[in-house]
Amino acid sequence: MSELPIHIKPYLRLAGLEPLVIRPETNFVNVGERTNVTGSKKFARLIKENKYEEALSVARQQAENGAQIIDINMDDALLEGVKAMTTYLNLLQSEPDIAKIPIMIDSSKFEIIEAGLKCVQGKCIVNSISMKEGEAKFIEQAHICKAYGAAVIVMAFDEVGQADTKARKVEICTRAYKILVEQVGFDPQDIIFDPNIFAVATGIEEHNNYAVDFIEATREIKTLMPLAKVSGGVSNVSFSFRGNDAVREAIHAVFLYHAVNAGMDMGIVNAGQLIVYDEIEPELKQLCEDVILNQNNDDNQATEALIQYADALKAKGEDAGQVAEANSKKLAWRSGTVEERLAHSLINGITDFIEADTEEARQQYSAPLEVIEGPLMAGMNQVGDLFGAGKMFLPQVVKSARVMKKSVAVLTPFIEAEKERLKNASANPNGQTKGPAKILLATVKGDVHDIGKNIVGVVLGCNGYEIIDIGVMVPADKILAEAEKHQVDIIGLSGLITPSLDEMVYIAKEMKRRGMTIPLMIGGATTSRMHTAVKIAPEYNDGVIHVLDASRSVTVAGSLLNKETKKPFLAELEQAYIQLKSDFDNKKTVKQSIPYATALENKIAIDWSGFNATAPNFTGNKGIEITDLSVLVDYIDWKPFFIAWELHGNFPAILTDEVVGEVASKLYQDAQALLKKIITENWLTAKAAVGFWPAKSNGDDVTVTNGSENIELHFLRQQAKKAAGQPNFSLADFICPASENKSDYIGAFAVTIHGIEKHIKAFEENLDDYNKIILQALADRFAEAFAEYLHAQTRKELWGYAKDEQLDNTALIQENYVGIRPAPGYPACPDHTEKYTLFNLLNAEQHTGISLTESLAMYPASSVCGWYFAHPQSQYFGLGKIQQDQVVDYAKRKNQSLEYITKWLQPVID
Amino acid sequence: MSIKEALQERILVIDGAMGTMIQRHKLTEADYRGTRFANWHSDVKGNNDLLCITQPAIITGIHLQYLEAGADIIETNTFSSTSIAMADYDMQELAYELNVAAAKCVRDAIDQYKAKHPNSKEKFIAGSIGPLNKTLSLSPDVNNPGFRAVTFDEVVVAYTEQIRGLVDGGVDIILVETIFDTLNAKAAIFAIKEYFRKTGQPELPIMISGTITDASGRTLSGQTLEAFYTSVAHAKPLSVGLNCALGAQEMRAHIEELSQIATCYTSAYPNAGLPNAMGEYDEAPHQTAHFIEEWAKNKFVNIVGGCCGTTPDHIKHMADNVRSIQPRTLPIVDKTI
Repeated sequence: MSELPIHIKPYLRLAGLEPLVIRPETNFVNVGERTNVTGSKKFARLIKENKYEEALSVARQQAENGAQIIDINMDDALLEGVKAMTTYLNLLQSEPDIAKIPIMIDSSKFEIIEAGLKCVQGKCIVNSISMKEGEAKFIEQAHICKAYGAAVIVMAFDEVGQADTKARKVEICTRAYKILVEQVGFDPQDIIFDPNIFAVATGIEEHNNYAVDFIEATREIKTLMPLAKVSGGVSNVSFSFRGNDAVREAIHAVFLYHAVNAGMDMGIVNAGQLIVYDEIEPELKQLCEDVILNQNNDDNQATEALIQYADALKAKGEDAGQVAEANSKKLAWRSGTVEERLAHSLINGITDFIEADTEEARQQYSAPLEVIEGPLMAGMNQVGDLFGAGKMFLPQVVKSARVMKKSVAVLTPFIEAEKERLKNASANPNGQTKGPAKILLATVKGDVHDIGKNIVGVVLGCNGYEIIDIGVMVPADKILAEAEKHQVDIIGLSGLITPSLDEMVYIAKEMKRRGMTIPLMIGGATTSRMHTAVKIAPEYNDGVIHVLDASRSVTVAGSLLNKETKKPFLAELEQAYIQLKSDFDNKKTVKQSIPYATALENKIAIDWSGFNATAPNFTGNKGIEITDLSVLVDYIDWKPFFIAWELHGNFPAILTDEVVGEVASKLYQDAQALLKKIITENWLTAKAAVGFWPAKSNGDDVTVTNGSENIELHFLRQQAKKAAGQPNFSLADFICPASENKSDYIGAFAVTIHGIEKHIKAFEENLDDYNKIILQALADRFAEAFAEYLHAQTRKELWGYAKDEQLDNTALIQENYVGIRPAPGYPACPDHTEKYTLFNLLNAEQHTGISLTESLAMYPASSVCGWYFAHPQSQYFGLGKIQQDQVVDYAKRKNQSLEYITKWLQPVID
Repeated sequence: MSIKEALQERILVIDGAMGTMIQRHKLTEADYRGTRFANWHSDVKGNNDLLCITQPAIITGIHLQYLEAGADIIETNTFSSTSIAMADYDMQELAYELNVAAAKCVRDAIDQYKAKHPNSKEKFIAGSIGPLNKTLSLSPDVNNPGFRAVTFDEVVVAYTEQIRGLVDGGVDIILVETIFDTLNAKAAIFAIKEYFRKTGQPELPIMISGTITDASGRTLSGQTLEAFYTSVAHAKPLSVGLNCALGAQEMRAHIEELSQIATCYTSAYPNAGLPNAMGEYDEAPHQTAHFIEEWAKNKFVNIVGGCCGTTPDHIKHMADNVRSIQPRTLPIVDKTI
């Protein structure tokens, strides 16, 4: 920390994307002159032919050659100046390697200047204003320039005419300075004078002193107005030697040497052709000195001498070599391999060579698509990495995308031809001759940010995808309707503000609800891999992928749309997301838990006063045995069966899946055959115990009246900090509290499938692992189906609290019924040891033959047990992490040592 | 006491996030609509500026919380109150009215505050001018980089209307903030200069606050910090500074640089850290305030406050921490090179 006050010097400060501060030690500032339709034939032709892109390369060359400011002039009678200036400057803003440099807006028409000022974010120089048409107009124009924040070049021109002598130059500049500073309020350092550089050595004697007049006027102006700057159009001075660049360059170097010594700060020059004063051939240098300084020049002697020298030099053609050398240096990158050149063009956003390079690559690679997938994608990945690392910024990336697009355009006809050829040959190995894959992009409802989405659209578009961009603030309904209408292959959602995250979750739910199966890509500044994993992915089963940035969207889309890579890609992603989710769940509670006592207060609000429990048809327990398993077949959920076989997908869609459909169908047929055999030959028996008891809750305990004795059930309560209005759940909350003095009930069940061992053994002896595993998987399915069946029986008959229920299998699997059947050891009640109580109440071992292992696993393996809760508000939940205070309380309630409880609850203890 | 006098004397505190506070109210579509727009033909939920008309008590209440927390400068809730931004809700006609109403919300809050604290120091209303949802330096169509979704003149017209509303509503300062495209800000400055020049009213102090978007240290439109400052210095602002996008930790190097090059006062109101994986800002009030205090001690800043994710609690901590610290003194601008 410095106690000394900071001093800030009144330097001329300009800016493009980067600042340019003109300090005394800056020496001479080169203003690039080639982007001037009056001075460059090539530039004029490109603009007139509307070849703006190519015209940008003229500006780029200036920048590469060291121009520190770029002068742009569109004054041509055949051009619509305002439009040409606007178009060119807008294009130039998206070229960071040019736009980094400040712009000098050059026109004799003020409307063109103003049009230019409206396009440039940096601090520009206006070139120029003057008092040619009187003070009033000068003042008005100066005001406008000031409001745009531009520095101005003031030409030494007044109502009388253009100043040619030193005295006139100084007089006009002094007068203009006074007006600008005193009346308009201009900062002196933002005033730049152009005291007019006129051609010397024209053969007219009055012109011979023009350079001296300029140099001496500069000296005087800089003495009188030290903060102001002096500039000039340097090439004017050598106008009479046009066509002879070597001599012109020497004249410029000599002129600048003297003018800069006199205080000239900047000049409009051909930045590529500046030569060093000391490097000028001595004889030529002396001749130029004489001409510039108007010495040894009686009767135009010096002029004549230089003309003679110039003619001789031209004859030798020496100037050609110099130019060639400069060009070769500039394009050194052109000598790399075609891959290197493509990457260079992509990273630097250069379109000049992209078509030729692409064509060259196409001829080298065996298929045009390989050029895209190979060198172009490699280049775009570099762009993505550089962007991610903060080494490239947005406009550059956008530009790179454009280069990409141009390259792809070269390849497209060949790709089409290739497709056509494949089609005609009826060889269609990849099945990929349908049109390009479609990707729908939208910014979600409530969010208006779309720059990132547009970039993603372009980058994907570059890669041959058909992009359907439906804009911003799009409601979920519309997004999904459009997606269905266009039969898109992927939906991409973007959002930048926080509430968009919730909207994305909602859309994922909606996609599931609508039964959509296409992948969902998530992107945008506020999105994250973590949020996607934790909040969005669990809502939709057919692929939710967080895409970090536009470049990566390409690889993601590629993986999703290639039938071979999609499944492994999604499977891997799912694993990663599950890991992330569990990391997050674990981490979350660390920060966000509340005391157990507080959680206990935050129960789900259930209005018990209006509640009347349905009494079960019996209390106590009883056993059920089913020998004809055909009643269970309709309750089988086949999806987990296929998962057991590592065939992931929804049933029955998986049977027609393009990749695994055939395998899945075969498996299904075999399973059906075995199923039939199991049923007709009565291989298996299903046994169950079911029971109901009067119950009342007391905190997190539930007291069950079993005959004459009371048995306590113990539950755990969520301890995560909840949003306002969200309860901390405990299963005990779904049983009427003792304080209500009303009757309520709880139920329990255990089911199992017996009889598998004998047949397993038989398969093993036949070395038929295939049917062995089918049988095991089917037994598991039967157990689950039995649990589902028994729950339905319970709802409709045994307990009978939902007598009129009509549900099909899908609705059952989706658990669209009243009441729940959570199992001890599972998320809502993770304490496995409660199975002891459950088994005792049910007399389960006797009824079903299930035994509990010391780890509290059930044997036979195909067994399911659980509690029945009937209250309409009862619901499944995950307990999450609990805190030590609850563990202590729980141990006390269960009358167990803390050590024992801690061991069993370890996974849920924070 | 004018704001210039106040700035010579102490570090001023500007308020914190509005959106974050509005979110806490969990307003519904119906709440946003109020009675007046009950039958409006498009959804308006999320149009936070509209609440100045439909739920002024909520907005005034938030302002009051920031005043109680110790803020000296309260921003109007007008970040998007231009005809261009409001067009998203087809509410472009309301632009002027929104600005007047927003200024009134702050005025009401200050009146209530002063009634409770008659000896309090002067409080100032900053009319907030946001960056627009359309940018002048970037093309929304990458295939046509020369294309612009809006023209400079259109932006000037929209900003001029907003400025008229803010001035008529009685703001003390014009605050051009969250600038990610300097050309939009230049259009705002142009509109401000021309508005006061043409109406002949004395020009209100201008605060300018840019946004450095990421690790590149540049604005979204690609400018470095110094280039940005150079490009807006002609506003002759009361202050220049940075807000949004970054947390205090990431903003530090930039605000330090700015404090070295700015000839005017400097301001900084960072986000409450960077958003976590859930998109939430979770930097605690004392953490943010700790960073700000360090800046104040190092004389980087004259005005401090908070942007996204900050709350009255953050502002209170900041105000408490900087209260006794001497403000940055203005650099000396030499007369000669």
